[in-house]
Amino acid sequence: MADRYELCLSGFGGQGLILAGIILAEAIGIHEGKYVSQTQSYGPEARGGKSKAEVVVSDTPIDYPKPTDIDLLLAMSQDACDTYYIDLKAEGILVVDSTYVSEVPSNQAIQVPCTKIATDLGLKMVANIVSLGAISEVSDCVSYASLKKAILTRAPKGTEKLNLAALSEGAKAAKKAMS
Amino acid sequence: MVKHRDSTHLVHQYLRHNKKFPHVWCPGCGNGIVLGALIRAIHQHQYERDDIVLVSGIGCSSRMPVYVDFNTIHTLHGRALTFATGIKLANPKLKVIVVTGDGDSMAIGGNHFIHAARRNIDITTIILNNNIYGMTGGQSSPTTNYGDKSTTAPYTHIEHAFKISELAVTAGASFVARGTVYHADKLQKLIEAALTKDGFSVVEAVTHCHVQYGKLNKLGSNVDMMKWQKDNSITVQKAAKMKEEDVEDKITMGVLMDKPLPNFTKEMAKLKDRAKE
Amino acid sequence: MANKDKKSVLIQGNQAIVEGAIAAGCNFYAGYPITPATEIAEMMANRLPRIGGTFIQMEDEIASMGATVGAALSGAKALTATSGPGFSLKQEIIGYACITEVPCVIVNVMRGGPSTGLPTCPSQGDVMQARWGTHGDHPIIVLAVSSVEDSFDITVTAFNMSEKFRTPVILLSDEVVAHTREKFEIPDPEDVQVYNRVKPTVPPEWYIPYENTARGVPPMASFGDGYRYHVTGLVHDIHGFPTERREEVKAFTERIHRKISHFYKEIQIVKKYMTEDADVNIIAYGSVARSAIHAAKEARKQGFKVGVLQLVTLFPFPRKDVEEVLRSSKRVIVPEMNMGQIAREVKRVNKNYTRVVKLNRYDGSLINPDEILRLIREAL
Repeated sequence: MADRYELCLSGFGGQGLILAGIILAEAIGIHEGKYVSQTQSYGPEARGGKSKAEVVVSDTPIDYPKPTDIDLLLAMSQDACDTYYIDLKAEGILVVDSTYVSEVPSNQAIQVPCTKIATDLGLKMVANIVSLGAISEVSDCVSYASLKKAILTRAPKGTEKLNLAALSEGAKAAKKAMS
Repeated sequence: MVKHRDSTHLVHQYLRHNKKFPHVWCPGCGNGIVLGALIRAIHQHQYERDDIVLVSGIGCSSRMPVYVDFNTIHTLHGRALTFATGIKLANPKLKVIVVTGDGDSMAIGGNHFIHAARRNIDITTIILNNNIYGMTGGQSSPTTNYGDKSTTAPYTHIEHAFKISELAVTAGASFVARGTVYHADKLQKLIEAALTKDGFSVVEAVTHCHVQYGKLNKLGSNVDMMKWQKDNSITVQKAAKMKEEDVEDKITMGVLMDKPLPNFTKEMAKLKDRAKE
Repeated sequence: MANKDKKSVLIQGNQAIVEGAIAAGCNFYAGYPITPATEIAEMMANRLPRIGGTFIQMEDEIASMGATVGAALSGAKALTATSGPGFSLKQEIIGYACITEVPCVIVNVMRGGPSTGLPTCPSQGDVMQARWGTHGDHPIIVLAVSSVEDSFDITVTAFNMSEKFRTPVILLSDEVVAHTREKFEIPDPEDVQVYNRVKPTVPPEWYIPYENTARGVPPMASFGDGYRYHVTGLVHDIHGFPTERREEVKAFTERIHRKISHFYKEIQIVKKYMTEDADVNIIAYGSVARSAIHAAKEARKQGFKVGVLQLVTLFPFPRKDVEEVLRSSKRVIVPEMNMGQIAREVKRVNKNYTRVVKLNRYDGSLINPDEILRLIREAL
């Protein structure tokens, strides 16, 4: 992995993207021992409109805490996909929630129906965890095992099984989407 | 009750002898009478001087702490109760007493006053109400009466006065009393009672400012104004039996509220115990 | 590669301030909700009671400042946190803390202004207010944080300085630092150096509360310690009593300035990154310092000699360190999220040593490294 790896998780408010960003940052920072910096769009945007969480990963201390050139963009809404795709590096990875994103800007986009998978599992709210499973599959920036640990620390009691199922289904779906 | 000739001697025992006297109050001012009543009340309870913190804001009455030998603090205009809240919470063993005026506590400090009462924090507040800003030279205060004059109401005051004690009751203080400087012994008794109460206790001391208010409204000398207090004061009990309009222009003296309510300082101690569990 | 450690936590700058304050011995917090500082109050409400400390949400910003100073007079180590509008409201009592020499720490998590401004966006618009916000001639210490680690360390420093010099200390954070989550290892309490105010040891009758001591910082008794003394916002003599005598007023004013000015070496903290051989130096503070360091490293990769002087202490303004950089650079860039506040200070001390270029952003977003790089390229 390059010295600096930047992820942007985007969608609309209420999809749990900031929590997904925190879990991702904890998985990489706490469980894999790398430097991380997690920021988010904050404020009115976070209440119903667009929402995004960003994670910068590095093997060395991070100076500028926000992304400069995104390596991986997760778009969980058409609006977010249209807005943030321009920030993605030429060789960057685009993961979209195909439940909401029907028009993809690139034929390289990895299309995972995160929200549909979550709904099928019985709780739409875990779509963010499904997307994390997909990220673990499509990128080397985080391991499945670290994400599992981070989710178990964060998940409310009684929801662990469902969250882990979401993670696993996300990874599987991404694998399928790439094949 | 201490005899008056002994009273002077007693009061002197509590004054700071290394302080540069004379004090700032005008001859005939009622503030000294309130200070005397407060000192005697403290003496009656035999409180340790080291445990007492006397806190004030800005104004004539707020100059009181500098003269007495306690832990004393002269804060900012209207803010005495905010400082007092910090002082009390950081060391709940301290006996915290606030002295303030009608402008200090009801105008610029009005918000702090109602919230200290709502919280029912264990602080005794003595409000010297002379219906005017004395120190700055006779401007209208929140207790200046409708129709009276001040230097900022040369065509008479068109606002209505706050009733300090009634406001304190409504805001949630657990003890509220009103006295006058004419009834100095009674005032001492009310302060004595306030000091023993659990929670926010308020004593409104009605006093006169013959130099500003008296002069602007032709109320006569300090003696005339004290006579007015004597002639126009009625007890809370008597007022209860009178028609509202007849009470309107009178000073209702005595205890208006005395009810044990949850005391903030104790609630805070309990909260800490819960948090530690 | 950083070590894996069980004690590492992913926390925001605001939480690091809470952790730093508690490590420094903070046991009292009074505050009022305001974006983007509210998390500090919320976390204090949770943490302080568990360690026997006191949290109180006051009725307004002014009351929070009053309670903070009051608690410090009772012996507490007290903190309050706010943002622009609340910082304005607190100013009168901050001045009271200056004149009465009450140690306390005031955090201002800067957001866009003036007025309600941009409540959720970062800014560095309150720098001059931190220095000159309260009226009258007064000394004050202003520190700025740039990361989660800083937010912990510099909060400890802020408390230590406030105790050592008996002065309010303003800690400036900004929305970026406040809400960025980074990995942090909270040090063991025994590894944190904590300074406590000097208390009087003389018998009470010998205590002179505002004595003109050699350091200029008289020992401070707490209310209830048995040293009954008077505290007032009026200019006072050495005994604490109001005075208007010229010689006493002069001596007092000089002492409260001297107690800071004689210790510039200790108070003025800067961090130097590759400044020595740099042709271009960037002078920055707060979150912008991180953009500057990123830009400098990037520039070095491209063959430009660029360094960064990060100001941790903004006031008293670290003139010596700034002068050194001004003397040695071909150009100095001062990027700020305002119209140019520290730049004005830098220009003030620049006696034609070099050219000082401002880079200002005031649209509610963090300056990015590319913007700085562009100016570097222009310079070289």
